[in-house]
Amino acid sequence: MGFKEKMNSLKEEYKGKKMAPAFNALHTFLYTPNETTKNGSHIRAADDLKRTMNTVILALLPVLVWGIFNAGYQYHAAVDAANGIIREPSLLGNFLTWDNFVIGAWTVLPLVIVSYGVGLTVEFIFAVIKGHEVEEGYLVTGMLVPLIVPVDIPLWMLAVAIIFGVIIGKEVFGGTGMNILNPALTIRAFLFFAYPTWMSGDKVWVHDAVKLAGTPDAISGETILGTYAANAEPVYNTFDMFFGFIPGSVGETSTFLIIIGALFLMFTKIASWRIILSAVVGAAVMGLIFNGIVDQGWITESSKFYGLMSTPFWKHLIVGGIAFGITYMATDPVSGSQTNKGKYWYGFLIGFFSIMIRVFNPAYPEGVFLAILLMNVFAPTIDHYVVQANIKHRMKRLKLKTA
Amino acid sequence: MAILSKKDQGLLMDPLADNNPITIQVLGICSALAITAQLKASIVMALSVMFVLAMGNVVISLMRNIIPSKIRIIVQLIVVAALVIIVDQVLKAFAYELSKALSVFIGLIITNCIIMGRFEAFALGNGPWRSFLDGIGNAAGYGLILIIVGFFRELLGSGTLLGFKVLGDPIQKTGLYALGYEDNGFMLLSPMALIVVGIIIWIQRSRNTKLIEEN
Repeated sequence: MGFKEKMNSLKEEYKGKKMAPAFNALHTFLYTPNETTKNGSHIRAADDLKRTMNTVILALLPVLVWGIFNAGYQYHAAVDAANGIIREPSLLGNFLTWDNFVIGAWTVLPLVIVSYGVGLTVEFIFAVIKGHEVEEGYLVTGMLVPLIVPVDIPLWMLAVAIIFGVIIGKEVFGGTGMNILNPALTIRAFLFFAYPTWMSGDKVWVHDAVKLAGTPDAISGETILGTYAANAEPVYNTFDMFFGFIPGSVGETSTFLIIIGALFLMFTKIASWRIILSAVVGAAVMGLIFNGIVDQGWITESSKFYGLMSTPFWKHLIVGGIAFGITYMATDPVSGSQTNKGKYWYGFLIGFFSIMIRVFNPAYPEGVFLAILLMNVFAPTIDHYVVQANIKHRMKRLKLKTA
Repeated sequence: MAILSKKDQGLLMDPLADNNPITIQVLGICSALAITAQLKASIVMALSVMFVLAMGNVVISLMRNIIPSKIRIIVQLIVVAALVIIVDQVLKAFAYELSKALSVFIGLIITNCIIMGRFEAFALGNGPWRSFLDGIGNAAGYGLILIIVGFFRELLGSGTLLGFKVLGDPIQKTGLYALGYEDNGFMLLSPMALIVVGIIIWIQRSRNTKLIEEN
């Protein structure tokens, strides 16, 4: 008896019992179930929920690997900087090294393990209590969460936030497919409001910076946005920012890899190109408006908004989490707009508000997660008006015909 | 023989659970969100509302036959306002710090929907003794939720209870803080109070499925 048959007989044995959803989940995670659809429509397609989720995870893997190496690289760079040595990043020379990988894996992999461990446990418990199947929704969330937090976030905080995010962000609404907010961003928002000292500032983005603070070995690593907000010029050049040799949350630094992931997701039609395109346009428009204000001389260097307002609009797109947020979270098919026309509005406003929040909130210059959560809430409203407009349009046509 | 008849007991006990003004009728939410960051403030608020509601119910009940129905809302407002001013002045005199912490929310008891709701729904049609019991019961149901929410928000948000550092000292790193625990700042923000109230409603309804509306 093969493993698949064993799983199937286990499943039959537990059918109708309390723990059945847990066994079913294990089974369907590994194999296609044996039973076939009995009634209703018989659409058979390969791109089911599980395939969709796995494709997104595939698109996230390069970013995760980069995040691991970058965690180690930033640590060494910061130690060097504290000793007065400026590091020139080179991909093969001092980035993809075993040393970086060990430090990075030591800090990042526990985040991934906690994320999946805690999140799936909550999902299993809810599936057993409510008697529904364990859904695949957490697979992507569990991968996104470690990528959008600082490397040194305490694991228990992450665990608390995940329990909160999965229960309040998803399970109370009825599980995967019913949530109004993106669960990964709910988790991030919880962390940000609950433990702000671990989510912002110049100490949390580099491994060990918190521990070494105040000692002679103190190191720091401010994000580029933090530097701009402080009205200073970052030490990193555009090339570094684009390829991701910069401090930041684990997965968001390399815009280059994120663009590759975005192209992959758009090619496989998992992510909506409408949302990605319009979000980029929206961010560029808001950036250009701010640049225009600076060019007109309405804002001078004495203003606390000057630093981020004068940042060229294209630089806004490659620093901070905006590329990551637009690619992997704004395109969430559950919490985003469903109609094609709505997607343009939804994406555009995400980009627009991201840059606006970024500029006007210098204490925490990262607006993309708040912008996406805000638009998650408004997505059904946008869809409603798109649908109503269509109905009105067709009613008019009908009247013309019958009149 | 019981002190209270069965009906009177119901007046007192129903609002505590199955007919709770906050979790079932969803009234008085504003103050439940605004002042529950500390347990002490929650308790004082609960007592203040209990005084205003019980006294107000009695007064309205005594006057119920002489109030012209066209101006009854104005009369009710005057009664609440008078009682609230008494509470406010007493707090200012004897607990000034607390009265500052509660700021406008004592004054805003006037607008607490529970009070006008009970006047309209109960005191206008019942005798003073039963109105009194109804006021105590509803205020207790309101206060119960306030105290539960206040308990969790102060414990998890500031690590204290009634001002005592029950989890240890966050600055000297004693107790739980020595293990790396930190206070949850989100608990101190009003949105979290709404979520805590929501969780209470969730638990209550999953334990008592009669309360779930059909739709």
